[in-house]
Amino acid sequence: MSEEKKYLIQNFEPITPDKLLERVRNLKDEGYRFVQLCGINKKDHYQLLYAFDLDHVMLLLRMDITPDEEVESITKEYWPAFIYENEVHDLFGIKFLHNALDYGGNFFTTSEPTPWAIK
Amino acid sequence: MSKRTIIPFGPQHPVLPEPVHLDLVIEDEKVVEAIPSIGFIHRGLEKLVEKKEYTEMVYVIERICGICSFGHGWGCVGAIEGAMGIEVPQRADYLRTIWHELSRVHSHLLWLGLLADGFGFESLFNHCWRVREAVLDIFEETTGGRVIFSVCTVGGVRKDIDNATLRAISQKLEEIKKETQKLTGVFINDTSVKNRLCGVGYLSKEDATELCTVGPMARASGIVQDIRLTGNGVYDEIGFEPCVETAGDCWARCKVRIDEIYASINMIQTAIDKIPDTEIAVPVKGNFSGEFALRMEQPRGEAFYYAKGFDEPTKFMERMRVRTPTNMNIPAMVKTLQGCDLADVPMNILTIDPCISCTER
Amino acid sequence: MSYVAKSPWIIHYDGSSCNGCDIEVLACLTPMYDVERFGIVNTGNPKHADVFLITGAVNERNKGVIKQIYDQMPEPKVVVAVGICACSGGIWEECYNILGGTDKVIPVDCYVPGCAARPEAIIDGVVAGLGVLAEKRARMEKGLDPEGKDEAAPEAAVGAPEGTEASEAEKEA
Repeated sequence: MSEEKKYLIQNFEPITPDKLLERVRNLKDEGYRFVQLCGINKKDHYQLLYAFDLDHVMLLLRMDITPDEEVESITKEYWPAFIYENEVHDLFGIKFLHNALDYGGNFFTTSEPTPWAIK
Repeated sequence: MSKRTIIPFGPQHPVLPEPVHLDLVIEDEKVVEAIPSIGFIHRGLEKLVEKKEYTEMVYVIERICGICSFGHGWGCVGAIEGAMGIEVPQRADYLRTIWHELSRVHSHLLWLGLLADGFGFESLFNHCWRVREAVLDIFEETTGGRVIFSVCTVGGVRKDIDNATLRAISQKLEEIKKETQKLTGVFINDTSVKNRLCGVGYLSKEDATELCTVGPMARASGIVQDIRLTGNGVYDEIGFEPCVETAGDCWARCKVRIDEIYASINMIQTAIDKIPDTEIAVPVKGNFSGEFALRMEQPRGEAFYYAKGFDEPTKFMERMRVRTPTNMNIPAMVKTLQGCDLADVPMNILTIDPCISCTER
Repeated sequence: MSYVAKSPWIIHYDGSSCNGCDIEVLACLTPMYDVERFGIVNTGNPKHADVFLITGAVNERNKGVIKQIYDQMPEPKVVVAVGICACSGGIWEECYNILGGTDKVIPVDCYVPGCAARPEAIIDGVVAGLGVLAEKRARMEKGLDPEGKDEAAPEAAVGAPEGTEASEAEKEA
């Protein structure tokens, strides 16, 4: 039985692309579970939101990147992230380096390429 | 080494009504590798936030999936309410919990039927779906819809259930429970069914953790992980306990879902006994602002909702993100498929309870 | 129509549906609605099927799949679009990846509206489709093209279930 309302805890943590892998590696060692990765179109740049979970408390890493920046893949630490990285690649056009399972843009076939990208 | 063959599975396949495509690399009768490819149902509905106001978006999100539609609606309004700081009346919370748990009962019965169909037990499939119709009748009586209800709204719920009807539902659930018991005995004890399920698709606790599995899939491998423990809804008041198994095979996944049917029925009955008489919705006015990340325990596992408003509040959201449970279980499915017999492929795919329209949105 | 000479077999494909209509299609086959008593059997093989039920809108990826299943079905055949998404695209019409209703890819004989389409409506739609099937068969027996392609004025889709005129009119508007 949970006495506290854990779902109300909103941990947002800013992170820079060069620190990402190190932070993710630490999270993995602490026993965090990968929840999701999504992209946000901020009109002049993109934001990536990584979510992790430990004992039902969520931690979200917020990372701002420039439109043509290439991001290091986290599939080495969390293999299931390949789904999200391919998805973000196909929808936003953000490139991920060293993705363990790269579909090369064929994950989602959309009628227009990268529909979420900055136009 | 024997010759390798690639067998395509789907997108139109008798065992699975939904379009997912797998390339199964076969050596003799063993699957060596399975490569999933999805995207057949990608609609791009998250992009509709640009065209729909935040109050309308709830009904769009609800239509991500027709099986767990209520949960999606709740997740979406939950995230919006969290961001805007709206307190929902107690009765609305109870009603939402009741409908959500009823959805779980209907979803698990549906899944049990599909599983039975998957291993060729057609009469069991039909019986599961017969019992499920009783749950759909409750939905129809209380919301007007059989699979998509549109009853959840920002600030509460749109329809009340009067107390007499609630008591009748409680009675009906007792009958549903009795009917279900006749069926679930077959899944748990029948020798030929056990031959198809026991030891098939084994996923160890370590692998389940490594692959970040969620929901019944994780709980069948001995991980105590259930988002209903986080305090959303009224689960702490109606005696919620997660159902966990340790065997990690198809049978354990089946057992977890069967236990959850009974647990849900008990929780609904407790909620009906305890439901307070308050308003069912608070008025919501104004523009959307703030951000909130929320998770819900859907019948298939943890779902993630993220609502974000613009810096200048408008009627529109900047981003509404939904990550659904099947997304997180596909890696585990790929893992359990490796090394299994070709004949067991349908079992392995079905026991993650895939919901492809959730996955691709 | 009073009776069907042959038991019609159906094939179901999930376009980009939300599963709502899919489970209602399956619900038609299960004891509550039980269309199997009319000899309607759900088959997984397009080559055995007479009626093609499609749920959900058409998108870039499944366009080819729908076309292929349709081409594999033997003549005469009937297509029933189940649910508003299959009829016109429904609420997904504005989405970037949705091309529209099923009729963007293959000819549709019956439209069953609803979100989700109710089992009663689906059964009505299939029964209306069987009427079209009988006409097509009759045309084939006369040595004509079942789809009416060899006639100067192709016959319009007929036999939509009651209460669908409004949405049909909307579609044509």
